[in-house]
Amino acid sequence: MSGATGVREPLVDQTLAREHGLSDEEWQRILEILGRTPSYSELGIFSVMWSEHCSYKSSRVHLRNLPTRGEHVLVGPGEGAGAVAIGDGLAVIFKIESHNHPSFIEPTQGAATGVGGILRDIFSMGARPIASLDSIRFGPLDDPKHRRLLEGVVHGIGGYGNSVGVPTVGGETGFHECYRGNILVNAFNLGLAPADGIFLGQASGVGNPVIYAGSKTGRDGIHGASLLASAEFDAESDAKRPTVQVGDPFTEKCLIEACLEAMRTGVIVGIQDMGAAGLTCSSFEMASRAETGIEMDLDCVPQRAANLSPYELLLSESQERMLLVTRAGEERQVLDIFERWDLDAVVVGRVTGDGRMRVHWHGQTVVDIPVDPVAANAPLYERKQRVPADLAARQKLDLASIEPEADPQAALAVLLDSPNLGSKAWVWRQYDSLVQGNTVIGPGGDAALVRVKREDGTPTRKAVAMSVDCNPRWCWLDPRAGTIAAVAESARNVACTGARPLALTNCLNFGNPEKPEIMWELAESIRGLGEAAEALGTPVISGNVSLYNETSGRAIFPTPTIAVVGLLDDVERHAVSHFEVAGLAILLLGETREELGGSEWLQLRRGLEAGLPPSVDLAHERRLQQLLAEGVASGLVRTAHDVSNGGLAVALAECGFTGPAGVRIGARVELADGIRPDALLFGESTGRVLVATGNPDALLERARAAAVPARRIGTTGGSRLVIRHAPLTVLASGGPAASEVTSLIDAEVANLEAIWARAIPRRLEQAG
Amino acid sequence: MFAVLQFPGSNDDRDMVFAMKSVLGADARLVWHKDAELPAGTQCVLLPGGFSYGDYLRCGAMARFSPIMAAVTRFAAAGGPVLGTCNGFQVLCEAGLLPGALLRNRDLAFVCAPAHLRVERVAAPFTSRATPGQVLRIPIKHGEGRYHVTPEKLARLEAANQVVLRYCTPAGDVTDAANPNGSIGNVAAVCNAAGNVMGLMPHPEHAVEALTGSTHGRVILGSLLDFLGSRR
Repeated sequence: MSGATGVREPLVDQTLAREHGLSDEEWQRILEILGRTPSYSELGIFSVMWSEHCSYKSSRVHLRNLPTRGEHVLVGPGEGAGAVAIGDGLAVIFKIESHNHPSFIEPTQGAATGVGGILRDIFSMGARPIASLDSIRFGPLDDPKHRRLLEGVVHGIGGYGNSVGVPTVGGETGFHECYRGNILVNAFNLGLAPADGIFLGQASGVGNPVIYAGSKTGRDGIHGASLLASAEFDAESDAKRPTVQVGDPFTEKCLIEACLEAMRTGVIVGIQDMGAAGLTCSSFEMASRAETGIEMDLDCVPQRAANLSPYELLLSESQERMLLVTRAGEERQVLDIFERWDLDAVVVGRVTGDGRMRVHWHGQTVVDIPVDPVAANAPLYERKQRVPADLAARQKLDLASIEPEADPQAALAVLLDSPNLGSKAWVWRQYDSLVQGNTVIGPGGDAALVRVKREDGTPTRKAVAMSVDCNPRWCWLDPRAGTIAAVAESARNVACTGARPLALTNCLNFGNPEKPEIMWELAESIRGLGEAAEALGTPVISGNVSLYNETSGRAIFPTPTIAVVGLLDDVERHAVSHFEVAGLAILLLGETREELGGSEWLQLRRGLEAGLPPSVDLAHERRLQQLLAEGVASGLVRTAHDVSNGGLAVALAECGFTGPAGVRIGARVELADGIRPDALLFGESTGRVLVATGNPDALLERARAAAVPARRIGTTGGSRLVIRHAPLTVLASGGPAASEVTSLIDAEVANLEAIWARAIPRRLEQAG
Repeated sequence: MFAVLQFPGSNDDRDMVFAMKSVLGADARLVWHKDAELPAGTQCVLLPGGFSYGDYLRCGAMARFSPIMAAVTRFAAAGGPVLGTCNGFQVLCEAGLLPGALLRNRDLAFVCAPAHLRVERVAAPFTSRATPGQVLRIPIKHGEGRYHVTPEKLARLEAANQVVLRYCTPAGDVTDAANPNGSIGNVAAVCNAAGNVMGLMPHPEHAVEALTGSTHGRVILGSLLDFLGSRR
């Protein structure tokens, strides 16, 4: 274990450990575990395995309180992704993961490799990836840098996703000042596997061969996880560009097919993606889960650069690589399949029974360390929490002092023209949303809906719905309430297709956890996540934590991105989010309260980001979602659209815009209520859904039985959106007098749609 | 039997088999790009969409050198029907089985959207189920779909009735605004002089079920089925 490895390696000491991001306490712990000074390669291994990105050392104590079990859950957190049974002997496997830091440094490759990485997490478990979503957030589009970042990220997601044959069926795109120094790129993927054919990342069976498959190893991405993703950005961050990996979707496509084919041989006992921290992380995790060890020879690793040191070979994050363990003596079958796909696949080691990781290179032992202290028993921190000093100021909002909206129609135009509410078609038209031929509802709907087809091509009647959501401003105003609202909205979006929410995955994007205020935000958010997941019956089956989203001391808003997945039993019976027929009754499910805190209207029309986010009644949400599922299954509900950002006025306009059916339909709506009209139009009370139905009486009756507030507010038809207001006091005295009903909105839907459609393109067309 | 070629980077290969087999009830099977011969009983060859060999050089540029393409060329020369969609169209142009080339889209961006197509040629084996001037709604999804030939060559193709589909408005007007990628003459599909080889950028295999948006792709794939039936 001396430094006599034939290459010049730096002297390992405490200073070098600090440069590797290890604390002095962690350095002492390494010395205790080994009983000696680590070799350079070993130091590299500890630094990546104990990085925030790989070890979750700041978040683990909080995450373990989340509800992760449920009747349908087959695999919970801890593996590459979580799995849920959907009946018919099938399971869906899904996860969302961040690629924030690399995407800010190199948007196209950063985003592309984010997609590649999440795909490998899914197919490494034996699932064919069938749908991708993305949640991406940028600074304001008046900043040319962020226009380029948006273009780069979309190009990266499209370039990779389109090439591998997995449809990108939805997502969200947001803009806010808080992301000017740290953009967010969260990639979600869902795959389909036989429920009894799920593969785990386990190196079990002493003597079994360990196989390296896929791309050759190069020098790219070294310390991407430990140094790039586990520290704040500063002025020098651009110099970290070499830590960003480069993606090759063609190899990924071949890897998907080869792995799925190899899994059918029945000789694979464990398989895992080489993601963050590459060969190191995958081999340690696989050995740790199986309580075994691995002995490996780095000279066998396929290499695309000359003179790679053991340190580089172990830490490289070169993309499109997998680590497999097969039954001893039967590895030939698997190697042959990779060869057919023109991919490298070689035996690089064996599973051992002594719980140690032993790595050889040029005849020398360069690593010899126990597996568990590195992988399973990584440091765990109960970091200090403190309520932010300005929290009370953030939450202070005296609605009575907010000037009422004088021109609702102008306000609606401003909202529709804002990049956050405007059409995202510029983004998703660049993604293949159709490949695999199962996209029933693609981008632009409340949730995506994908028909389930078996691996042999036989279609089933089932479909999977999925949506990714977060309102970061609400999470900044109240991290717990904001996270609850994100879970509720994602589940509600899924329910709007008619599907029943099954489970969720999450990507927690926060600032520097070493700051007590940030740690408080994270802990509060996780608390809200647990409460909402429990109440809605959607266990947390996988997830990812991205911390240190800070630049020069300024953190992003807390952004817990939530993706709920639901199941629809009969795909022929589903609802869409647009009006498709004139003459249907429009019902509003749920109640509108005088809630303007944290709303888009308040920000865009009054320049304020303040107040408490709207309240969430989780019991109501669950009843509402149940009602939607029954309403759609019984054929009563044709259109269902979640009322969210921008409130009822924006939601009504969106329902009328040209949908996949190619029609544009107006509506006449009369709102009878006692609250201020701007809150009625633009307030963002949760738990509300607009539905169109041909049989309002039957649906109102069902709503009554389900204890869901519901009222008929109008009728679809015509080319205009007309919203009138009848103050409740007048109605109570026996019907409104004509003069008392005021017109709030009266506009051609085509004109509103034109404003909405141009919101992002017109900003991208600015010079610079 | 329909032979659906499978290059390592094909993406729509399984969708094409699904459309032919599960939806239209035909016999269809995948044929590996390294095979030197088409399977016995091949009546029609389908080249699906995707990125054949990654297409880092130029779409379809490498695929023409794969072993199976020599067999496809012989099959086409003998009059067998060959249809290339999207990347398959690019491969057929690269292989010299169809005139012209496909360049990067006019606005340089990948586009996935429904397209309206006016039928310009009604003939077996590809469009016998269509009516002249019929407007089909079939999606496109490509980054390099701008059909290119010289204006003189286009005039010759038009004169020889080799332009099969053009991008148009929902009402059937061939306008520049309805041209999603800048193709010369709004050309979305062309065939060879003999009429047995056709390439199109739109994806008929993604327009075979009302559930997923459109059934107009059956007009084209169904025409092929009719043609095979008529020769049996």
